[in-house]
Amino acid sequence: MSLTTADRISLARPFRWPRLSRARWLSPVLLLALWELGSRFGVIPERVLAAPSTVAETFWALTISGELPANLLVSLARALAGLTIALIVAVTLGLISGLSRLGETAIDPLMQIKRTIPSLALTPLFIVWFGIGETPKIALIAVATTFPIYLNLFAGVRGIDVRLVEAARSFGLSDWSLVREVILPGALPSFFVGLRYALGVSVLVLVVAEQINAQAGLGHLINNARDFMRTDIIVVCLLVYALLGLGADAFVRTLERRALAWRPSLVEQ
Amino acid sequence: MVQPRIRRRAFDAVTPAPAAAPVAPAVKLTGFVRQFGANRVIDGLDLSIAPGEFVALLGASGSGKTTLLRTLAGLDPVGDQDVTTPDTRAVVFQDARLLPWKKVWRNVALGLKDKGVRARAEAALKEVGLGHRLDAWPSTLSGGEAQRTALARALVREPGLLLLDEPFAALDALTRLKMHDLVLNLWNEHRPAVLLVTHDVDEAIALADRVLVLNKGRIAAEERIALERPRAPDARFQAVRRRLLGHLGVEAPASHEAALVAFPSGEAVQ
Ligand SMILES: Nc1ncnc2c1ncn2[C@@H]1O[C@H](COP(=O)(O)OP(=O)(O)OP(=O)(O)O)[C@@H](O)[C@H]1O
Ligand SMILES: [Mg+2]
Repeated sequence: MSLTTADRISLARPFRWPRLSRARWLSPVLLLALWELGSRFGVIPERVLAAPSTVAETFWALTISGELPANLLVSLARALAGLTIALIVAVTLGLISGLSRLGETAIDPLMQIKRTIPSLALTPLFIVWFGIGETPKIALIAVATTFPIYLNLFAGVRGIDVRLVEAARSFGLSDWSLVREVILPGALPSFFVGLRYALGVSVLVLVVAEQINAQAGLGHLINNARDFMRTDIIVVCLLVYALLGLGADAFVRTLERRALAWRPSLVEQ
Repeated sequence: MVQPRIRRRAFDAVTPAPAAAPVAPAVKLTGFVRQFGANRVIDGLDLSIAPGEFVALLGASGSGKTTLLRTLAGLDPVGDQDVTTPDTRAVVFQDARLLPWKKVWRNVALGLKDKGVRARAEAALKEVGLGHRLDAWPSTLSGGEAQRTALARALVREPGLLLLDEPFAALDALTRLKMHDLVLNLWNEHRPAVLLVTHDVDEAIALADRVLVLNKGRIAAEERIALERPRAPDARFQAVRRRLLGHLGVEAPASHEAALVAFPSGEAVQ
């Protein structure tokens, strides 16, 4: 009973790797090293995949030339524009349908129908409707990210503890303050789940939307690189997409930590 | 659902005549009816509570105590029936029902609009002995502290009617006794009319001016407690308790209500 798991393992195995057993960074680094070696010795040709060192150089060069930051900003602006529209629409619809039976009857079936159509499948239609400028790209992101925000907010509003609502109502809160002080804060954890998911989706849709004849943005950079078989630039852009996803997640986590400080956490931070 | 008439007469005979109220009552219900589907929970109930009066309500589980309290709190529709209550009412439920996303003092200040809200909340929390937990999150409060916060939240509004639905039921015996003292002190200080729903006959006798027994949708019995506070469990106390248990025991078939009561002297029921 007094032996912890770690003790027992150390007794059973006389030889230990004290540090390396927990080094999660090791295998990715090994992979990078193999990749680098493969490129140096010509096993992996440059036009198949550029060496990590080349990618790093390119990353640096693109950054100081301002090419990467400029295109990144364009992409970010698209994602933000789409997300802003989605937030406004989804929060409005989610509240209407969450707060009233009538609203649910009117809105929820439409949203469910919308959900069954894969957003990316709308691309051709949007090109027909909006041409090949910024509009179809932003519209695609907006459409794709609306549903997760809507659905989670709706579930959050409906999942509120009615006993809390009742208690607040017994203290004479008006409908509006009830929404503001009880229902919205109560639905917030659920809303954040939706927001996080929507941010992930927005990066995904961004990748596809930017294949539509983009004159700027990460997609444009990738398309150009493809034409010149610059695998190093392609990998740099892939990295940036990955960083965008990570950054978005970290952003929502920070928001959550601040807004949900009241929640007793299951796992100690 | 129709109850035997003879039985009710028997109760009427037991019930002492209510003293004539010189002032307009704070709470008045006449022939009040509330039903869920075919289930008539409150059936022609008459109730009158004087301003500043402390009334306790006993009754078997499912007898409609909470239903009555919710009606008085304005949480349930009453249709076109006459329900007189003070404008300012406040409820303390069995569970504290604090909003977990608001700090303790903001919970107390919930719905208050005028200036100096924080100072008022602070004063109310000090009154219940929680002056040091103003900025705590509700999830970090103990059960007793949460109930005291709920009390502070109710009293900060200076209600004309304070409704307590088994507010101490989830607390340990010692904390419950402390809460009794606290409630009496607060009641003396603020003098709201109080309706306390409880399962505990001793609690009812220790606190209330008048104890009502709810049965079959009506007030089946009433005991006026004319003992000086604080009330020791002396002979007169015991006599009142025996009578109340009798009222409860007559109708509760398995007399399980009586079994819920702790008997310090170890005497047998009935
Ligand atoms: N919303 C509702 N819909 C249908 N029936 C209800 C509803 N609320 C209460 N009832 C019924 O009314 C009866 C009285 O319920 P109530 O909660 O008032 O009892 P109570 O005296 O407070 O019981 P307890 O001591 O267990 O809290 C019960 O039979 C209950 O099932
Ligand atoms: Mg009840």
